[in-house]
Amino acid sequence: MSNQTQPPADTAPGFQSNPSSNKAASWLTHLLADLGKNGIFIALVVVVVLFSILTDGILLRPQNISNLIVQNGYILVLAVGMVMVIIAGHIDLSVGSVAAFVGACSGVFAVTWGLPWWLSIILSLAIGALVGVWQGFWIAYVGIPAFIVTLAGMLIFRGLALAVLGNANIGSFPAEYRALGNGFLTDLFGEFEYDPFTLGLAGIAILALIVQQVRTRSARAKYGQDVEPIVWFVVKLALITVVIGAFALALASYKGIPVTLIVLAVLVLIYGVIMNRTVFGRHIYAIGGNRHAAELSGIKTRKVDFYLFVNMGILAALAGLIFTARLNLAGPKAGDGFELEAISAAFIGGAAVQGGIGTVGGAIIGGLIIGVLNNGMSILGIGIEWQQAVKGLVLLLAVAFDVYNKRRSGGR
Amino acid sequence: MTTNILEMRSITKTFPGVKALANVSLDVARGDVHAICGENGAGKSTLMKVLSGVYPHGTYTGDIVFEDEVVEFRDIRDSEAKGIVIIHQELALSPYLSIAENIFLNNEQRGALGLIDWNKTNQEAAKLLARVGLREKPTTRIMDIGVGKQQLVEIAKALSKRVKLLILDEPTAALNDEDSDHLLDLILHLKGQGITSIIISHKLNEIKKISDSVTVIRDGRAIETMAKVDVTEDRIIKDMVGRDLEHRYPDHTPNVGEEILRVEDWTAHHPQDVTRVVVNNVNLNVRAGEIVGIAGLMGAGRTEFAMSLFGRSYGSRITGRVFKYGKEIKTRTVTEAIDNGIAYVTEDRKTYGLNLIDDIKRNISMASLGKLARGGLVDDNEEYKVANEYRTSMNIKAPSVLAKVGKLSGGNQQKVVLSKWIYSDPDVLILDEPTRGIDVGAKYEIYTIINKLAAAGKGVIVISSELPELLGISDRVYTISEGRITGEFPIEEATPELLIKHMTMEKAR
Repeated sequence: MSNQTQPPADTAPGFQSNPSSNKAASWLTHLLADLGKNGIFIALVVVVVLFSILTDGILLRPQNISNLIVQNGYILVLAVGMVMVIIAGHIDLSVGSVAAFVGACSGVFAVTWGLPWWLSIILSLAIGALVGVWQGFWIAYVGIPAFIVTLAGMLIFRGLALAVLGNANIGSFPAEYRALGNGFLTDLFGEFEYDPFTLGLAGIAILALIVQQVRTRSARAKYGQDVEPIVWFVVKLALITVVIGAFALALASYKGIPVTLIVLAVLVLIYGVIMNRTVFGRHIYAIGGNRHAAELSGIKTRKVDFYLFVNMGILAALAGLIFTARLNLAGPKAGDGFELEAISAAFIGGAAVQGGIGTVGGAIIGGLIIGVLNNGMSILGIGIEWQQAVKGLVLLLAVAFDVYNKRRSGGR
Repeated sequence: MTTNILEMRSITKTFPGVKALANVSLDVARGDVHAICGENGAGKSTLMKVLSGVYPHGTYTGDIVFEDEVVEFRDIRDSEAKGIVIIHQELALSPYLSIAENIFLNNEQRGALGLIDWNKTNQEAAKLLARVGLREKPTTRIMDIGVGKQQLVEIAKALSKRVKLLILDEPTAALNDEDSDHLLDLILHLKGQGITSIIISHKLNEIKKISDSVTVIRDGRAIETMAKVDVTEDRIIKDMVGRDLEHRYPDHTPNVGEEILRVEDWTAHHPQDVTRVVVNNVNLNVRAGEIVGIAGLMGAGRTEFAMSLFGRSYGSRITGRVFKYGKEIKTRTVTEAIDNGIAYVTEDRKTYGLNLIDDIKRNISMASLGKLARGGLVDDNEEYKVANEYRTSMNIKAPSVLAKVGKLSGGNQQKVVLSKWIYSDPDVLILDEPTRGIDVGAKYEIYTIINKLAAAGKGVIVISSELPELLGISDRVYTISEGRITGEFPIEEATPELLIKHMTMEKAR
């Protein structure tokens, strides 16, 4: 090189840089923003990769993937309700007991009384709603902290569950009822190596997702909002397609789609929309962010609190049904410790302890991380005592990471 | 040896962007009761925080000479060790502990093995209570005695620290007449025992009653110090407000129409102490296109009036009637108030106005989500568009409407709160201290927005303790004192002196 004097490198980079480096910068900011937003998703990928290596690939075998969903279904259902409660600045310690209580009631309905399976399910969900009305009343209208009300509820409904069962197990549920916990939608088009129904459903889901994403993107662009570069957008969609496709392929080669997964997918869809798009969802975030400001903006905070707990009651009932159906047994120990797993899932999934922050998707991924840890460590033959300790550490580290991140970015 | 117990020399204290104190000097003679007065935000409390070590040595310039010795306090414990004790306006007592425990908090009376000696604690406390004339058992809990008695406990606590210079920040602001009188007598009584006091107060007749000299502070400067014989109310008032109107106010040609809102016989009681009247029989009205000022000092009941009117957000046993366009309306809940076209912009935006962890867009839409919802779903593209329109029209300085509100400056946060309420499309806006804590440039912008609202035919009520501001923007001014409306003046008749007189007017005793 000649020793011609060059302009100092730090003069007006904005003018010197060519368009492509601008583009790259914009690429990078979007990538980093997405990584920040999806840090929890990356954590899930890391855990999955780690355990597939440690278990010599057993973790990702079709049968195990199917089991992962079915085994964790009820925790994920609870996590959806729990994250909403936590975003509003509350907590619910009673969900495990409520699940047990409702499971016991459903045993009485479906087995002891011999009611039709669908009626038993409807009645059970109604009982869950009533439990929510009870707890919501004390929290929202009497003003007792949710921690206390649901701690009391934890005892009350555990006691009621035992009373309903009369210290015995109720078992042998009708097949339709059991399908909720361990049924599969499969072989609707006859038997194949890969179930075409499962694959078809996955195809429809992928297509719907792509259409929805493209429409959202173009609408945002039309309103002049900042959208991610088209290349990154396509790469992201392709990645999602591959993941869903691989997942569906695994299920299709085993027994097909678990009914629990369908229930879960519907819940995630509905509650995702509720939290992001409905007025009710917005009010939950507003209350969690600043209760006083929400009240002075005309938001009926008591009503929102009340319905949050009614909703939690219904979801706890649903979790109880799924669990009972899976075991084909309503027992006194059902639901033990569910509340802690659901709360952990919400916090690992990025919910803030002081409220106002969190997502349904995050809670689901948080629940999956716990599920993979459980499952992976079981395959490795690690005892329950170490499983507990590891899960506790993961929860602590996840929240510590979150706190550290907020402090570094100057938080509030 | 001088006769001054305290000399503060050329104290200058700056906060980012604001000079709170400029070259203030203050001499306090030994054994005097020295009053300091000035408007809200004049710098009185800042000066006292410098003196007591709340702002440690090194964060200000100038010297503090206490008992002929230059002192450099690192914190409040240093100043207390020298015998300087400050009693803040918000009392620092723990409600669930006993009187004796509060008196000796962090100064516990210990016996053998370092354990607390309860007999000694209660005995010493009883002696101190006798000195301040409080007839309560030392074991009574703080929450079970009234504010007046709590104030006496604070003084007893100060005495336990062998106080030489007692600083009281608006000690009678929350007290009734009887308690106030008792407190003032006690200060004179302590003076007899050789304790010097500095008392910050707005109440002019109270200053005249007990102080030996008065220093007036305005805009962070000491205007003058006068001896008791020279003190007159007029002179104090003139010193307090006697500035040229430094801030400029945008031109405003009133175009006043028919009456929009009328409030009749509005009375509200304290939420806990239901016998205490906080808003007392308030009557006022506002017309279309009119900017009505409410002038009152802190604690006069102005915010309490506004919040009790706005969906009973404050107080208990609220009575009174509200009329809009001559027809009676109800404002029992915030929703009802909003539906009736009333908006209240709080004086404390961080606590009551904003969701700091959320973005600009969602803060602006918070009170009007119904407008953005189609079939129960919020149209977030429309929301983005609306928020962007407000970002442009209100000149909110932020990279985008997705920026978190907690990261914005005070002025920009205030614009977000205003946008939120303007978007709710009210007919009447009650703005409580709309320019508190924001810089001069942003203030001008807020005034412009207020003018635009009035020009659009809305009724605007501005609550403020800054008189130049009220005089600069209002068409008509009410004064409020001790929960009562004490005067109503068309802007042509209103002068700072007249307003201050009515703002400090006390009930006939």
